[in-house]
Amino acid sequence: MAKIISKNEIAPDIYSLLVQAPLIAAKARPGQFVILMVREKGERIPLTIADYDRERGTIRMVFEVVGKTTAMLSKLNEGDDLYSLVGPLGIPSEIKHYGTVTVVGGGIGVAPVYPIARELKRAGNRVIAIIGARSKKLLIMEEEMRSVSDELLVTTDDGSYGRKGFVTGPLAELLARGEKIDKIWAIGPAVMMKAVCEVTKPYGIETITSLNATMLDGTGMCGTCRVTVAGETKFACVDGPEFNGHHVDWVEFINRLARYKQQEKMAYELYKSRGDA
Amino acid sequence: MAQPIPIPERMKRPPRPMPEQRPEERIKNFNEVPLGYSVEDAIYEAQRCLQCQKPTCVAGCPAEVNIPGFIQKIVEEDFAGAYLEILKTNSLPAVCGRVCPQEEQCQKTCVYAKKGKPIYIGKLERFVADWARKHNIRENPPQVKREQRVAVVGSGPAGFTCASDLARKGYRVTIFEALHKLGGVLMYGIPEFRLPKEIVDWEINKAKDLGIEMVTNFVVGLTKSVDELAEEFDAIFLANGAGAPKFMQIPGENLNDVCSANEFLTRSNLMKSYLFPEYDTPIKVGEKVAVIGAGNVAMDAARTALRLGAKEVHIVYRRTREEAPARAEEIVHAEEEGVIFDFLTLPVRILGDEKGNVTGMECIRMRLGEPDESGRRRPIPIENSNFIIKVDMVIDALGTMANPLVARSATGVRTNKWGYFEVDEKTCATSREGIFAGGDIIRGSATVISAIGDGKKAARAIDEYLSRGGSLRKSRKPAP
Repeated sequence: MAKIISKNEIAPDIYSLLVQAPLIAAKARPGQFVILMVREKGERIPLTIADYDRERGTIRMVFEVVGKTTAMLSKLNEGDDLYSLVGPLGIPSEIKHYGTVTVVGGGIGVAPVYPIARELKRAGNRVIAIIGARSKKLLIMEEEMRSVSDELLVTTDDGSYGRKGFVTGPLAELLARGEKIDKIWAIGPAVMMKAVCEVTKPYGIETITSLNATMLDGTGMCGTCRVTVAGETKFACVDGPEFNGHHVDWVEFINRLARYKQQEKMAYELYKSRGDA
Repeated sequence: MAQPIPIPERMKRPPRPMPEQRPEERIKNFNEVPLGYSVEDAIYEAQRCLQCQKPTCVAGCPAEVNIPGFIQKIVEEDFAGAYLEILKTNSLPAVCGRVCPQEEQCQKTCVYAKKGKPIYIGKLERFVADWARKHNIRENPPQVKREQRVAVVGSGPAGFTCASDLARKGYRVTIFEALHKLGGVLMYGIPEFRLPKEIVDWEINKAKDLGIEMVTNFVVGLTKSVDELAEEFDAIFLANGAGAPKFMQIPGENLNDVCSANEFLTRSNLMKSYLFPEYDTPIKVGEKVAVIGAGNVAMDAARTALRLGAKEVHIVYRRTREEAPARAEEIVHAEEEGVIFDFLTLPVRILGDEKGNVTGMECIRMRLGEPDESGRRRPIPIENSNFIIKVDMVIDALGTMANPLVARSATGVRTNKWGYFEVDEKTCATSREGIFAGGDIIRGSATVISAIGDGKKAARAIDEYLSRGGSLRKSRKPAP
């Protein structure tokens, strides 16, 4: 059981959840994730750790309502318990002094990018951040990101705020003008990470992506999260979730994300029409 | 009380089979296949036992159960007594009575075995445990109290047995489990129709009576390292199993409807996705499913696929029926339910469409050559015998291997080249004093009963270690 300290809707259908989890908070590092269950009949879903406070023993997660489980999660309130929460899982981001680092966050991918950017900054890197959303009201954590970046570029797909277009726009410009970038982190929807990798590949700059694969146990015992990286099968939960995006088989990865689309849709429709115990 | 019957008459009695759900019925549900003995059945079967002066059956039981002792109590109609007799050495009778390969263990060494009609010890054990559950028979908490603390990593059969044995001796035991439910493979691996989860829950949670503390959602290696546990506990037993699935490593294996048996069974058993959408975890099954492998896990996956609505399920195995590692009874059950066996067949490639869906599997025929180091005849491909099986789902049930998470966090605990812990066979002691290991994480995927045997062995060695004043907390420095 893990008690919810607070829950805030930070953008339409996007929530920030602060949970009491001292064991996880004590160990969590940027890049890691947890697996949680909302209820006993629930499924296990992975969420990246967006922040942690070792002294208070809390962790923070940001999620978007996209289906039944996240919808149920958004209905929980301060003082409620999660049925289960386990972590921290996965290999932490490799934080060290690289020089200039660019972090790219798309949609709710900004949340996991935040602690990475913060720690990179703390390690003495010059941090250029690019964050984007579909529109102004869906943009999250702009202030937090500004506080840990040397330069912050914002995009919206519809141009309602910042630059119009995708995060790949300003990134391509940075690279084209010869900005010396030593390493890139890109986290967001699979298509966005794939697009970022296509932009950075010709420059040969290592581009780390965090693969939000479908997961079950999250500890390496089932292989549902397997991905092909540089021709080898890896488990995103124990070998990742971060991998050099230039080596990821994106077509396969995106195909695998759609495996349960039909069932997921059915469960969500049923939940919206009649709710659930 | 039932009257003892004269020995010559006992010997004439045929064994009493256990009633089972009919195949055409049972493939439509997840209920248990064998239905259990009635009181009358159990007494009848128990009365066949000759109560040997030197019982040979006990030697065949790694859990060291006093078999004639508990059977005699059944004859006396003292079912609670029979249960407590078993519990003295085996904490998992409801499980063992169902999933142990008795034909290879206690029933093999029964004096009747030569005549082909051993006492059905497993069925009697199951009867006793089920009776105890129905009547809520509890065991007394341990009388002795000791201060030393033991950490057990993993709540599967090895860890659970070790924890129970130590708790009965009065030690303060904590079990750490990574999943949200206790029981390890008993909970996520073995299907409901062989081992109902309600029974596993009962059998395991009952151990709280012994004062065992059980912590779920705790991944040793990540939530805390073994080295950190060594600072809090006097001894540690590593029983984290061999849970990492093996894949064939052939082209097409990451197509969408190819999965490990671990994934398929964890969804169905632990997450109860056969009850989707009442339960939230989805599961998909194809119309034509190929299960690769012929162990118990392969049979479990094939029979689960049928129950989820697959129209045709194949077991694809590179050797023949004789070499198949599954229990004979499980192969028969699968056959009765309509599973098709493709022996001497090796998959070489999985075919798919552009959306990543499976459309077929290319295989090659095999023949058997000379025996290999495992003693089984080696399968050899027959050239140019390639053919395609039309399937839309493939489940790999090729066995499992060590998951390195625990080992990585344990300084000074040696592993072999497969990542299994190296232990002293007699004591389950690892290369670091105070740390013991057993079950699948020392030998790869094996049986529930061998894991129970290790749990008992380790408990004895840990008791000895602690009794002579050993403690991890005193010996801070790890062995070189």
